[in-house]
Amino acid sequence: MANNHHAAPAPLGGRLVNIITLSCGLLIALMLAILMVRFLFGLGAVTNINDGYPWGIWVVVDVVIGSAFACGGFAVAMLVYIFNRGEYHPLVRPALLASLFGYTLAGAGVMFDLGRWWNVWNMFWPGSINPNSVMFEVAVCITLYIIVMWIEFSPTFLEQMGRHDTRKKLNKAMFFFIALGTVLPMMHQSSLGTLLVVMGSQVHPLWQTPVLPLLYLLSAITMGYAVVLFESCLASSAERRRIEMHMLTPLAKVMLGFLAAFIAVRLGDLVVRGALPLAFAPSVQALMFWLEMACFIVPLILIGAETNRRNPARLFLAGVLLMLAGALMRVNGFLIGYETGGDFNYFPSLAEVLVTAGMFSVEVLAYIIITRRFPVLPREDVQAAYQRS
Amino acid sequence: MGNINDIFDTSRKTLQDVEQRLELPRREFLQFCATLAVTMGLPRGAEAAVAKAIEAAQRPSVIWLHFQECTGCSESLLRAEHPTLEKLILDVISLDYHETLMAAAGHQAEAARKSAMKANKGKYVLVVEGAIPTKENGIYCKIGGQTAIDMVKECAADAAAVIAIGSCASWGGMPSTISPLADSSPTGSAGVADILGKPVVTIPGCPPNPYNFLATVVHFLTFGKLPEVDQLGRPKFAYSRLIHENCERRAHFDAGRFAMEFGDPGHRQGYCLYKLGCKGPETYANCSTIGFGDAGENNWPVGCGHPCIGCSEKGIGFTKPIHQVAKMLNVTPPLQYPRIFEEQGKGASIASAAAVAAVAGAAAGAAIMLTRNLGLSHAAEEAERARDAAGKAGAGGKPAVDKAEV
Repeated sequence: MANNHHAAPAPLGGRLVNIITLSCGLLIALMLAILMVRFLFGLGAVTNINDGYPWGIWVVVDVVIGSAFACGGFAVAMLVYIFNRGEYHPLVRPALLASLFGYTLAGAGVMFDLGRWWNVWNMFWPGSINPNSVMFEVAVCITLYIIVMWIEFSPTFLEQMGRHDTRKKLNKAMFFFIALGTVLPMMHQSSLGTLLVVMGSQVHPLWQTPVLPLLYLLSAITMGYAVVLFESCLASSAERRRIEMHMLTPLAKVMLGFLAAFIAVRLGDLVVRGALPLAFAPSVQALMFWLEMACFIVPLILIGAETNRRNPARLFLAGVLLMLAGALMRVNGFLIGYETGGDFNYFPSLAEVLVTAGMFSVEVLAYIIITRRFPVLPREDVQAAYQRS
Repeated sequence: MGNINDIFDTSRKTLQDVEQRLELPRREFLQFCATLAVTMGLPRGAEAAVAKAIEAAQRPSVIWLHFQECTGCSESLLRAEHPTLEKLILDVISLDYHETLMAAAGHQAEAARKSAMKANKGKYVLVVEGAIPTKENGIYCKIGGQTAIDMVKECAADAAAVIAIGSCASWGGMPSTISPLADSSPTGSAGVADILGKPVVTIPGCPPNPYNFLATVVHFLTFGKLPEVDQLGRPKFAYSRLIHENCERRAHFDAGRFAMEFGDPGHRQGYCLYKLGCKGPETYANCSTIGFGDAGENNWPVGCGHPCIGCSEKGIGFTKPIHQVAKMLNVTPPLQYPRIFEEQGKGASIASAAAVAAVAGAAAGAAIMLTRNLGLSHAAEEAERARDAAGKAGAGGKPAVDKAEV
C-alpha cells in the first residue's frame, strides 16, 4: 500500500542523553515515586478527587485528552488507507508512534485512577461484563485499539530486528488490523462524549448535548491532524530536519474541513437547543466557552488562506491552538462545566499535576528514543532528493 | 380493650383495699397492671387477671439470695418508678429475706429465712442474684458460715419456682469471666442452673430490665405458673428477639450509616454503633423496646450512644472485648460503605496552582519561541527562494538551503 516514491524510514541516530531526555527522566522518576504512594496508601493520599468530582486530571487529561491527542495515527491512517491518499504515507509511522504511546499511557492512566484496580479484569470477564455500559464500550474498545496499534506499528521493530519473513507474513493480514485501527477509535472517541451525555444535567448546558458523540469524534479527528502538524514541526525543528511542508500544507486543508464541520455542528447545536444565551452570562463557564471557541476559530483565520498554509509557523500555531481547543472542550465538559451539587470543588493536587507531567514525559522520551533508534521518520537525504526532483 | 367495667369492677372492695394498701391511686395501679400485661405480651383482658391477682392479699413469700454480685439487679428494681416499685415489691409480694433490704441482721436474718421457708414450704419463690463460686468447695462466698452452694440447694429444695435474676445468677456473668492466662475464672463461678442441675427461669442482664423480672413474678402470681421460656430458661416475652431487630438505630444500620468513633459526626447524629462494637446483633433481649428506669425511651446504653456490650448473652458480655465488632447472625454489612462525611475538595493550593501555571507557562513559552523561529526560518527561506529565482534568471543558481535553521 505504501507509495513507492517515498523514502524508506530510517533511524535518526544521535545521542540519547541530553537536556530534554534528562528532564523527562526526572519527571518520570517523580511520577513513579508519587504512584508508589498512591498504590500503597490509596487515591486519597495523593489526589484531590472527591465524591463530587470522582474524575480528576488523571482521567480528564491523561485519558480523555491524552487519547484525543493520540488520534494522529488514526486520522492519518484513515486518510491514507481509507481515502487512498498515498502521498501522506510517510506521516503514518511517526503519527502512529505518537498515538501508540498516547493510547498505551491512557490505558495505564486509567489504572492509576481506578480505586480498586485489582478488580479491573472483571471488565473483560464474560460473566461480569455489562454490555449496556458506556464505560464498558470505552474500556474494551481502547484496550483492543492499543493491541491493534502495537500490531500496526510492529513492522518498525521487526525491520530493526531483521525479522523480514515475519514482517511479510504480518503484511498479509495487515489490512484487517488497519481497518480495525480505523473503526475502533471512531467508536470510543465518540463514546468518550457519551460518557458526558449519561451524566445528564450535572454537565453545563453549553457542553451537554445529545450530539456530544459526534462533537467528540469530529474534534478528535481535528486534533489528530493538529497533533501531526505540531509533531512534524517540533520533530523537524528539534532534529534539524526539513519540514515536510509538501505534505503538511494539504493535510492542513483536510484538517480545516473537519474543523469547519465541527464548528458548524457545535454552534448549530447550541442555537437549536437555545443554549447560546448562556454563553453571554457572566460566569466562569461562559468565559471558558469563549476561550475554547476562540481556540477553534482562530486557526481558520490563521491558515484559512493557501499562502498562509505554506508558512510552518502558522501551521504550528494552528496545530497548537486546535490541540488546546480540543483539550479545553474536554476539561470544560468534564470539570469546569461539571457540577454535582453541594459544596464540592476540585483543583488538581501537586501530585496529580506531577503524575500527568510524568505521563507526557514518558511519551516525549519514548518518541525521542524510538525515532533515534528505530526506522520511523523518512530518511532525510533521499527525501530531500525526492523533494527537489 | 373492651368495656372497662367488665374488666375492672371499679367499685369492688379489693380494688379499694389495694388502693389503701399500696397507697396508690386506682388509675395508676391499673396502668401498672396493664403495663406488665403488655410487657409479657399477654392477650387483651389479661390485665384484669393481673389486677385481681395483685389485689389478692395472699402475697407469695419471696426469698431473695445474694451471692457474687454487685446488687445492681436489686438497685435497678428499686429504681423502677412506674409506679414506685419499692412499695410494690414489698406489698405485692412478701419479701421475707433480702440481705440488702431487710431490717434484720446476723442470726436474726437467717432465722427469718428459715421460718419463711418452713411456713411457705413448696409455695415460696426463690430469687437468686449473683453467681455461685464452686472452686475449693465454694469457700469464696459464705453467709452465716454456709457456702453459697449449700444455701442455694437448701432454699431451692422446697421452692415453688426458682428465678435467677441478672447475668451472674443466670450463667455466671462477670465473675465467671476467664482470663486468657487462666483456664477458669478466679472462683470458678457458675449460674444457678449449673449448681442445681436443672433448668431455672433466668432473667439475664447487667442489670436486667426490672419489668422483665416483675412481669415474670406477676405471671406466676396470676396464672400459677412461670412464663414460657427458651432453652436457656429466658422468658420468651423478653428474650426471643435480638436487640438489633428492634433497635431504634436499625435504619442507620440498613442504610450503612455508622459511627466510626466516639464523638465523630456520625456518632453525634445517632448513627448505628455496630462499628464501635455494638453487640446488639448477637444479643437476645428486649432492651431496645422497653427502655430502662422509667426515664423515657432512649434511656438504655445504645440510646445514649454507647454500644451494647451484650451483658445478657453468655459468651458475649464480659467475654468479647467491648469494641470488638459483633458477629452478625443474619445480614453482615459490607466493609466498604461511604464515609459519613465526604471531603468536598480542597481547592487550589499554592503548590498545585503554581505547578499548573508552570506547566502552562512552559508550554506557552516553548510554543511561542518555536513559532517565532519557524516564522524566521520561513521568512529567510522565502527571501532565499526569491533571491534564487532572481539569480536563476541571471545564471542557473544553486538549490535552496535544505535545513531549517532553528
